[in-house]
Amino acid sequence: MEKHEHTSEHSHGYSIYILVWLALLSLTAITVAVAGIDIGRFTVATALLIASLKTFLVLNIFMHLKSESKTFRVFVGVAIFFLAISFILLFADYSFQ
Amino acid sequence: MSSTQAAEVHVHRDDVGSRMGMWLFLFTELVLFGGMFILYSVYRFTYADDFHIAAKELNTVVGAFNTAILLTSSLTMVLSIIAIQRNQKSLSLLMQGLTILLGLFFMVNKYFEWTEKFHHGIYPGSEELLAKNSGEILFFGLYYMMTGLHGIHVLVGMILIAIMAVATKRDLINHSNYVRLENIGLYWHLVDIIWIFLFPLFYLIT
Repeated sequence: MEKHEHTSEHSHGYSIYILVWLALLSLTAITVAVAGIDIGRFTVATALLIASLKTFLVLNIFMHLKSESKTFRVFVGVAIFFLAISFILLFADYSFQ
Repeated sequence: MSSTQAAEVHVHRDDVGSRMGMWLFLFTELVLFGGMFILYSVYRFTYADDFHIAAKELNTVVGAFNTAILLTSSLTMVLSIIAIQRNQKSLSLLMQGLTILLGLFFMVNKYFEWTEKFHHGIYPGSEELLAKNSGEILFFGLYYMMTGLHGIHVLVGMILIAIMAVATKRDLINHSNYVRLENIGLYWHLVDIIWIFLFPLFYLIT
């Protein structure tokens, strides 16, 4: 009955991983460079935006979320959603005290 | 796919379920670190100036270097899985070894970084630290707690990959059964993701 399915069977060549790795390193360099420029309150926002972009790449390519079934993506989405809710509700309360 | 597998011996295995179990565990890790990130964000919001002063003590170059090391280790980790899928056992073992080595480099850097701070009298509860502003004390408390917990995760990851390497060598992990290696890989990447956020939040406060 149980057949072991390897979802990663439709795996790409090694090159995609090298490309993603280069992208991750470049984004790190950009993050460091941007931190040196004074853009006031946008500094944190930019850093978090770049970090999220890197996370997106790691999740989809390195962790193969892209080739997993939809259930996995829904799970991860829900997990991130609830973490985001904790942050948003906390700051909604905290910043207006 | 199923026609070729019909010839195979009936095996009780559920790789998808196994990976899903690993993801569920990773969500608990997300909550563990997420709680600390929430704490961090509240204190940074409250003591913005103190955080700026305190962050100047951290060495951005070392931090960036460690980021590159960990990102590279994520690459070697995923390559070890692709290699075993393609039945390239020795390449997979090489990549697993490299991953452990890069993890070790990361820890050695962390060791020097922490020792240097200790020499400057900055460690939890030290007189020098307690003389600082409360925001700075909180910054270093969070710094040691979060990077420390992250470091423990790196150590655990290295041990787990070493166990996988032994299993690969003994053909317990092979091109048709490698879900354990995949799961350890998922864990390793999560540890990498946590560092992706730790780095700008602690080292790059201008």
